Amino acid sequence: MSRSATRRPTGTAQRTGTDQRSATVPRTLSEKVWDRHVVRRADGEPDLLFVDLHLVHEVTSPQAFDGLRLSGRRVRHPELTVATADHNVPTTGVDKPVADPISARQLEVLAANCAEFGITCYPMGHANQGIVHIIGPELGLTLPGMTVVCGDSHTSTHGAFGAVAFGIGTSEVEHVLATQTLPQTRPATMAIEIEGALPLGCTAKDLVLHIIGTIGTGGGIGHIIEYRGEAVRNLSMEGRMTVCNMSIEAGARAGMVAPDDTTFAYLEGRPHAPEGRAWEMALDDWAQLVTDEDASFDKVVHIDVSALRPHVTWGTNPGQVVSIEGRVPSPDEMTEPADRESAERALSYMGLRAGTPMRDIAVDTVFIGSCTNSRIEDLREAAAVLDGRRVRAGLRALAVPGSHRVKAQAEAEGIDKVFEAAGFEWREPGCSMCLAMNPDKLAPGERCASTSNRNFEGRQGRGGRTHLVSPAVAAATAVAGHLATPQDLDAAS
Amino acid sequence: MKAVQVVTGRAVPLERSDVDTDQIIPSDWLKRVERTGFGAGLFAEWRDDRRFVLNDERYAGATILVAGPNFGTGSSREHAVWALMDYGFQAVVSPRFGDIFRNNATKQGLVPVVVEPKLGGALLQAIRDDPSIEITIDVARGTIEVPAAGLAGNFPMDEFDRERLVNGWDDIGLTLRHEPDIARYESERAVWLPSAAGAVSASGTAS
Repeated sequence: MSRSATRRPTGTAQRTGTDQRSATVPRTLSEKVWDRHVVRRADGEPDLLFVDLHLVHEVTSPQAFDGLRLSGRRVRHPELTVATADHNVPTTGVDKPVADPISARQLEVLAANCAEFGITCYPMGHANQGIVHIIGPELGLTLPGMTVVCGDSHTSTHGAFGAVAFGIGTSEVEHVLATQTLPQTRPATMAIEIEGALPLGCTAKDLVLHIIGTIGTGGGIGHIIEYRGEAVRNLSMEGRMTVCNMSIEAGARAGMVAPDDTTFAYLEGRPHAPEGRAWEMALDDWAQLVTDEDASFDKVVHIDVSALRPHVTWGTNPGQVVSIEGRVPSPDEMTEPADRESAERALSYMGLRAGTPMRDIAVDTVFIGSCTNSRIEDLREAAAVLDGRRVRAGLRALAVPGSHRVKAQAEAEGIDKVFEAAGFEWREPGCSMCLAMNPDKLAPGERCASTSNRNFEGRQGRGGRTHLVSPAVAAATAVAGHLATPQDLDAAS
Repeated sequence: MKAVQVVTGRAVPLERSDVDTDQIIPSDWLKRVERTGFGAGLFAEWRDDRRFVLNDERYAGATILVAGPNFGTGSSREHAVWALMDYGFQAVVSPRFGDIFRNNATKQGLVPVVVEPKLGGALLQAIRDDPSIEITIDVARGTIEVPAAGLAGNFPMDEFDRERLVNGWDDIGLTLRHEPDIARYESERAVWLPSAAGAVSASGTAS
């Protein structure tokens, strides 16, 4: 990939109509992408926004397709819609029928709906199947400057490419299927300026957990966040996806990173990415996707990461997080009554005592997977820690690649063998234990270090206790038997 | 969507913050392909606790839920709205809602009422003190009133959402009035934008 992001644009903007004011009014990245998708703008009404890519999965779509049938409507753009089975699919025995009859029915209904309405669908076992937010980028369907929606809150993942990407409900899924548009009020803009470089041993996951801990689970509500600064520029696409993925955990409507050479290098040659002359046109267009120097954000947050340490959650929302060097906090230290009440409930649910060093927390299960951390780089990061080591006796450890493509790549690199030699189970792709809609669940009281995105009560199984961690910390924790960093293992050996 | 102009009724105090949609309707319930019958799953895990407020008979039949800040954060599942409505709620009051939940609510006719934290606290107190107290939420005027407790306030709502709620308008029908605008936009889209049509093979070529 040799084209430079600084190349002069040559006038092949994706759409020029609403872009005309760009010459005069400085705009942020999200405003530029938003403006070029406005089909109709009228006073007192939300913008009618065109949707470039609509991702569909089995859980939030059946009622939307029913709605279309009831009203006799068709899918306006089946070719801008792609479906896959991810939430419900088992991660073992995918060549056999799904044992849970209700899950099986939902998967069948997805396939039938896609066949009826002419939508490409990657069902369980297909070479392109995987978690919806993994396959969009890896197939080259997610591109800079696009609008991407899905009936799933982690659609924010796709913002890593400089797309405006957000989760929607089932009524909106039906609306997009029928019209390829959505009426949306433009969110406010928010910049998170990351200052300093990520220290060695810290990952994108630690960065985003720290951000959520800083601004809170409601800190981004009503906003599109743009992540900025050298530390963000230095992240791989996988890392940027991890950060944008968890924007929703700070309440944000979406998260974005301006596209650059890292983005273009990732995309070039992907199955659906433009080729030849079309690729050149796309690059010209994408060069405009930056926040203008004199543009202003509605809210700016500065976060210094130069002394960051790996982060782990202690509570029942992703904002309840501390450095692994820290201790379980005491509700008494909290000034806001709502925070105190929430912390008390969380400690009770999690079975933790204030003041316990985080490293003293022993776990029963380690889960490496989910749309946050199941890409090839995440698996490499964990495998590097596990190589030549063994999972602690009695501990259950699952590795669930995000997609069949990720799984195949990992197997080509021998990563599956490293996981298995260490005592991990190497599974088939899907959402798996992130939300426990398939058989991968925690038992009541079972404690898990998880690379997923939500430590909500019951999220990984009724009564299950979740600590959110990076893939490196998950792997080290599997070996140590308690929350640990890879450096802890080096020191012990 | 059924039009909703005024909601008058008793309320349930849910004195918790950060009530995410996983709590409102746990994921086990999401396997259903229907839109109805989710009321039984509302706050399913919490309802197993006898002391949970929804199990308090004094609040049976209430139509308004009053909660702490950050209600409906997390997962985009519209099932959360379906569950609340199926159970019998017509409005939810909180100092702050998750964006997607709030959108989903207005699509279904569940009124999301954003109140100042101070008023939210006073409402909780009033309902706790007197479970029979009546609250009136006027969508058109954007007001919430509890005359018996001397409480009143305004709540913000997007004008378009307000009109849709009050009139019970169907979103898709409204959008399709602008079909010519959509068609014009489509004709101007860049040629290099991707199409998802046709499965691609594992090696990367279209099949």
